[in-house]
Amino acid sequence: MASITAAIKKPIQRLPWWVGPITVTAVLTGFGIYTMVAVLFFDRGEYANYLSPFYSPPVNSPLPAWLSPAIFVLWLPLGFRATCYYYRKAYYRAFFWDPPACSSKAQQREPRSTENYRGERNLFVWNNIHRYFMYGSFVLLIFLTIDTVRAFLPEGSFGITLGSLIFLVNVTLLWSYSLSCHSLRHIVGGRVDCYSCVTGGNARRKAYSWLSVLNQNHALFAWLSLFSLLITDIYIRLLLAGAVTDLRIL
Amino acid sequence: MEEQEAQQKDMASKAHADVHADEEDAAREGESYKLRIFRGDAEGGREVEYEIPAVEGMVVLDAILYIQAHQAGDLAVRWNCKAAHCGSCSAEINGKPKLLCKARVEEYGGQDIRVHPMRAFPVIKDLVSDVSWNYEVARSTIPFTTDEQAPFEMYEEDVERLYEPKKCIECFMCQDVCHVLRTHQKHEEFAGPRFFVRNQWLEMHPKDTERRVEYLKEGRGGIGYCNITKCCTEVCPAGIHITDNSIIPLKERVADEYYDPAKWLMRKIRGRRSPKTGQIIGRNGNRNGG
Repeated sequence: MASITAAIKKPIQRLPWWVGPITVTAVLTGFGIYTMVAVLFFDRGEYANYLSPFYSPPVNSPLPAWLSPAIFVLWLPLGFRATCYYYRKAYYRAFFWDPPACSSKAQQREPRSTENYRGERNLFVWNNIHRYFMYGSFVLLIFLTIDTVRAFLPEGSFGITLGSLIFLVNVTLLWSYSLSCHSLRHIVGGRVDCYSCVTGGNARRKAYSWLSVLNQNHALFAWLSLFSLLITDIYIRLLLAGAVTDLRIL
Repeated sequence: MEEQEAQQKDMASKAHADVHADEEDAAREGESYKLRIFRGDAEGGREVEYEIPAVEGMVVLDAILYIQAHQAGDLAVRWNCKAAHCGSCSAEINGKPKLLCKARVEEYGGQDIRVHPMRAFPVIKDLVSDVSWNYEVARSTIPFTTDEQAPFEMYEEDVERLYEPKKCIECFMCQDVCHVLRTHQKHEEFAGPRFFVRNQWLEMHPKDTERRVEYLKEGRGGIGYCNITKCCTEVCPAGIHITDNSIIPLKERVADEYYDPAKWLMRKIRGRRSPKTGQIIGRNGNRNGG
């Protein structure tokens, strides 16, 4: 994994400094617009035994019919991502240019004056509730895992379809992203200073070590899971529109 | 006296002798490198262009020492080990902090190489900046405190996380690239990545009994100014994952103490739990149970 990352990084480092922040801005804005449209204008995300991750778990909405019930669910994963340590880096660089990149030339473009720069001390101090979004996201992940199991039961019995594989990849990436979270790593073992002194210290140390391995790829999982969410939802919309038929593999 | 001076002169010339002999042997005929080097002091300065013969495998420090020996004897540069171990030769190459002894000239693929001193600190002369501010911050750090007598008996599983922060060579490039210091000049309120690495080592040490979250949040640490944009990690020549393994774990400890209502409630009801032993050590106390 490290060698793949290094191979990707080298040519990227040769690009002008503004390519990174502009790309991130474009991708995150695109995802934001897609999600808004999906949530505000589409009330359906279910096709056969597939339920779009944007609509899981299904809730009975007291809101007007034109407003999708997905908004009762989406605030949780969106909050989890908005307060995530990796995404914070991404949007501070891309949207706020605080700083846009690390070279002195890029840092000279920072729009905020020295007096106005507060870092994560004012508004962004709320990012510290990240762990609570994480707890909620794990509850959602359980629902998404059940949805994935259902995706493998097309007509009540086991079967593999293109859709079920998409669901499997998506839920795996979402688990990887959530398990590689910095806050989880801290709660599981990072906060302990002496593993040999506390009850269950060895298990906590092992869990911390495993999560640390995952954590090294947190950024990668953050992006891949974002794209897998999009692909899963788009696939279901294509099925709903009759634009594609679900390919049965087994 | 004269003999001593001559001896010193001889020693100084020997320090460069091998480098220059190698350079002449390996010089590629007709090829040259151009370097634009900042010449000046705290009052100001300008870039001066130098052209030197190209040598296979040359690092920027070699180029600068060549210029110093042949073209500009008064060019100031700080260096020592020439092996990326001492952290003395930190400077900015094309706007990015680098160890001059680790940056190969060939990496810049024929483009101009612009060398400046670290801009987060006051310039003394040419490529030498005054990094003494860092030692003031170091003095403000709450030192290692224990109630046990050294030598300590410690287990591998308890100290394995302490190896990474110990790799720091104090080159201060992470301090230089940090926009909180370089752009926003928060030197009075912010300790910088180097000292978060130091505090992480102290905080996670199994024998240390002090608490530093107050220092980090309310005091000189100023960790809230850090917006984890990872420039420090990108430039660290020792490969320390400063943001992921030092700053974020410390931010999480600050969140435990100041921003987690459930933890706050539990502390009020049950008392504070020691990260060393897991035992309840008192309602408001430090690690010593005070």
